[in-house]
Amino acid sequence: MRVEREKLVLIGNGMAGVGTIEQILKLGGAYDITIFGSEPHPNYNRIMLSYVLEGSKSIEDIILNDRQWYEDNHITLHTGTTVVRIDEESRQVIADNGLSVSYDKVIIATGSNSFILPVPGSTKEGVVGFRDIADCDAMLAAAQQYRTAAVIGGGLLGLEAAKGLVNLGMDVTVVHLLEDLMERQLDHTASSMLQAELKRQGVKFAMGKQTVELTGEERVNGLRFSDGTELQADFVVMAVGIKPNTQLAKDSGITVNRGIVVNDYLQTSMENVYSVGECTEHRGTCYGLVAPLFEQGMVLAKHLCGAATQPYEGSVVATKLKISGVDVFSAGEFTETAEHTVISAKDEWKRTYKKILLKDNMIVGAVLFGDVTESASLQKLVKQGAEMTDEIYSEVMGTGCCGGGGAKQGMSVEAMADEEIVCGCNGVTKKAIVDAVTENGFTTVDEIKACTGATRSCGGCKPVVEQILQFVLGDSFQESAKAGICSCTTLSRDEIVAEITAKGLKTTKEVMNVLDWKQPEGCSKCRPAVNYYLGMIYPDTHEDEKESRFVNERMSANIQKDGTFTVVPRMYGGVTTPEDLKRIADVSIKYDVKVVKVTGGQRLDLIGVKKEDVPKVWEELDMPSGYAYAKSLRTVKTCVGNQFCRFGTQDSMGVGAMLERKYERLDFPAKFKMAVNGCPRNCAESCTKDIGIVGNDGGWEVFIGGNGGIKPRIADAFCKVKTDEELVEVCSAVMQYYRETGNYLERTSEWVERMGLENIQRVIMDNAENRKELAARIDFALAQVSDPWKKMLDDDNTRSALFEKANL
Amino acid sequence: MESTKLKYTLGTLQHFLPQIGRVVTCGPVELAIFRTSDDQFYAVENRSPHPKGGPLAEGIVSGYYLYDPLYDWKIDLRTGEVQAPDKGIVATFPVTVDGDNVNVIL
Repeated sequence: MRVEREKLVLIGNGMAGVGTIEQILKLGGAYDITIFGSEPHPNYNRIMLSYVLEGSKSIEDIILNDRQWYEDNHITLHTGTTVVRIDEESRQVIADNGLSVSYDKVIIATGSNSFILPVPGSTKEGVVGFRDIADCDAMLAAAQQYRTAAVIGGGLLGLEAAKGLVNLGMDVTVVHLLEDLMERQLDHTASSMLQAELKRQGVKFAMGKQTVELTGEERVNGLRFSDGTELQADFVVMAVGIKPNTQLAKDSGITVNRGIVVNDYLQTSMENVYSVGECTEHRGTCYGLVAPLFEQGMVLAKHLCGAATQPYEGSVVATKLKISGVDVFSAGEFTETAEHTVISAKDEWKRTYKKILLKDNMIVGAVLFGDVTESASLQKLVKQGAEMTDEIYSEVMGTGCCGGGGAKQGMSVEAMADEEIVCGCNGVTKKAIVDAVTENGFTTVDEIKACTGATRSCGGCKPVVEQILQFVLGDSFQESAKAGICSCTTLSRDEIVAEITAKGLKTTKEVMNVLDWKQPEGCSKCRPAVNYYLGMIYPDTHEDEKESRFVNERMSANIQKDGTFTVVPRMYGGVTTPEDLKRIADVSIKYDVKVVKVTGGQRLDLIGVKKEDVPKVWEELDMPSGYAYAKSLRTVKTCVGNQFCRFGTQDSMGVGAMLERKYERLDFPAKFKMAVNGCPRNCAESCTKDIGIVGNDGGWEVFIGGNGGIKPRIADAFCKVKTDEELVEVCSAVMQYYRETGNYLERTSEWVERMGLENIQRVIMDNAENRKELAARIDFALAQVSDPWKKMLDDDNTRSALFEKANL
Repeated sequence: MESTKLKYTLGTLQHFLPQIGRVVTCGPVELAIFRTSDDQFYAVENRSPHPKGGPLAEGIVSGYYLYDPLYDWKIDLRTGEVQAPDKGIVATFPVTVDGDNVNVIL
């Protein structure tokens, strides 16, 4: 018999509503859930739109829950459907398309809309808010077509929009009513420093200007201000604030003030109807930031699941600006009055500013500019209303030395309640993180990220996650140093490469000694990385360090979990011969290979070769190594091409084999795959390869940065070339540029996103000389490589040390 | 029954490359022998304390620590102890070097 479950309807498919549903699911709430969303997309992370605009993330990247998630959780989802009324009498939720769904409980999470200034011209074409994907798309499109933009509103959102548009190449002026930017979060000093920094980054400002009209015909062409002055603009973004979206609640007869009025359990004036997020008003406050949404959602979820919960008593909000290179933070009170005691430090040379406000010796607010490393602990202290002590003072003002600071930071984390939200983007509590550490034995932020989702999005909570890790793990916590390549060093990849070149360092040992590694011989992360960088920098003289290679590369075969190995011979372009196949079969039988498998890249895996037999298998195969184990060119997948295929326009097999022969054996930052197709039918799946090549009637089209692995990514169109010679030159240049700038273990899919496609195109396509130099450098490096299987067969000492087992 | 300890000669110094493990089967036990960069020798049972098992000899050696080749657990070669957050211990055996010979006592 099927148990009748209560029907829960969520109106609004945004972060607040879906965050609440996630909590309900975690708590095992027994509801039949239906969700309505006005936008056509599944649930996405609105606060990440700035990154989409900035170009560092795509819209797909900011999807929080894809449609599969709804399906997996048996949630009925209606996207592109707006709910117009809740009928209390018949207990029905009614949508604009006539759909009605009956309910036992309703959550309204309709969020907010951009507030559009009620001035003449505000409905003209080219005027948008900055709230959703559609706005973001409009801004991206405008940047393609127009040059000048105005952003009205110098708050958080306006500044992020402005910086995004500057990055997209527009001439941007921020128009602000007051003399201070972000006046609701920053004091005058921090605000001036912020403005100066943004000016340096190319943003213009029109301060103290009240917009009275948007001019133009159909489309906007400028702004007129109250003082009679004008500003030309082809595109206008309104970021003057948000307006809780309360229409539905009003039309349903629910009490609405500025927002939908709720009590401490998020109940509205209508029975069984609740509300969370930006559409609500709690104790007179409407929140426009993300952390409160999750705090509200947590209380509501528990309430709906019948779990014990504290009432929601409001949130202390903290602000961080998501613009690269501009670090601003504020929490609690920031404008000083007579009743405040002020601690402040301003450094005009380093361009940093720090201010802490005390009331009766309690910490009630803080502002940071330029250096926000203390933001996490300050946010905590403000939230707790902690009493200022000598310890806290020396910690946050950085007077004492750094020793012991860690332990003190741990204290504020210790005081944090289990249910407190650490990651606002993904609604992860302190307890979830502590559990991940204690139950799963995780020790790094990355592991916590993979398990709980904390730090997955904006990354703002990373310092707190680190503090929790440190607190839980105690001495075994290894500081995940600032952007260092591993816990052995605080240096980044670029710094290490620069030091190697500048100081002429030659071995990993030298690098680690000179650059003051914490573990003198490094770890399993940095040793292989440094060995790669040395080989990349000195292709002719670096002596490869076997002891710094990961097992597969050291043994030139893939280790399996039982300690046997997989041997994969080369098959150039995926083509073999009956003779070779026969030999593979004979050797497989002789050495008792467990499984012969065709790989995804058109090769044959000989799986389960005993370690001591591996060199004999190589010898008897007498074929080149297929490098199935290496951070190097794996395979060039091909289709049949014009030799046989009736659609083929190019010789994909021939070109594939040629490319594979040319580039095999060279080390790359990560494994590297290619495909060559004879026609646009793309049978060899170029779209998921590091370099994908598609033939057409007149030549080749080159795609880069595709990946079918953990994080699938479709390759970007890079260029078109006419001849095979041009094709080789472009491939060489792309590969070498990746070799020289890629982080170790960074696939091209991540590399292209980090470097920017256009930048790579500029370096390689717009500069023929540079392209030729890159190609010459890879040719030089390629001249140094040799087949590792043959080499090992000739080196008795190493072969015996690596492969032979002695029996006593 | 009283157990008697036996000394086995594993090979000579040149059989062991610095920071690269070598497998030697000694009667019933398969050992992984490591030579650290300061020419100390360590012997551990060649079986990862990870629940899924697997060999240890192919790991990366750093100082007196071994990063196991399959699961990247960090193991102290001197004590056999797995470093936190992972837990476990691998059996260790004393190694002596006399002249050119490398010996283990089982």
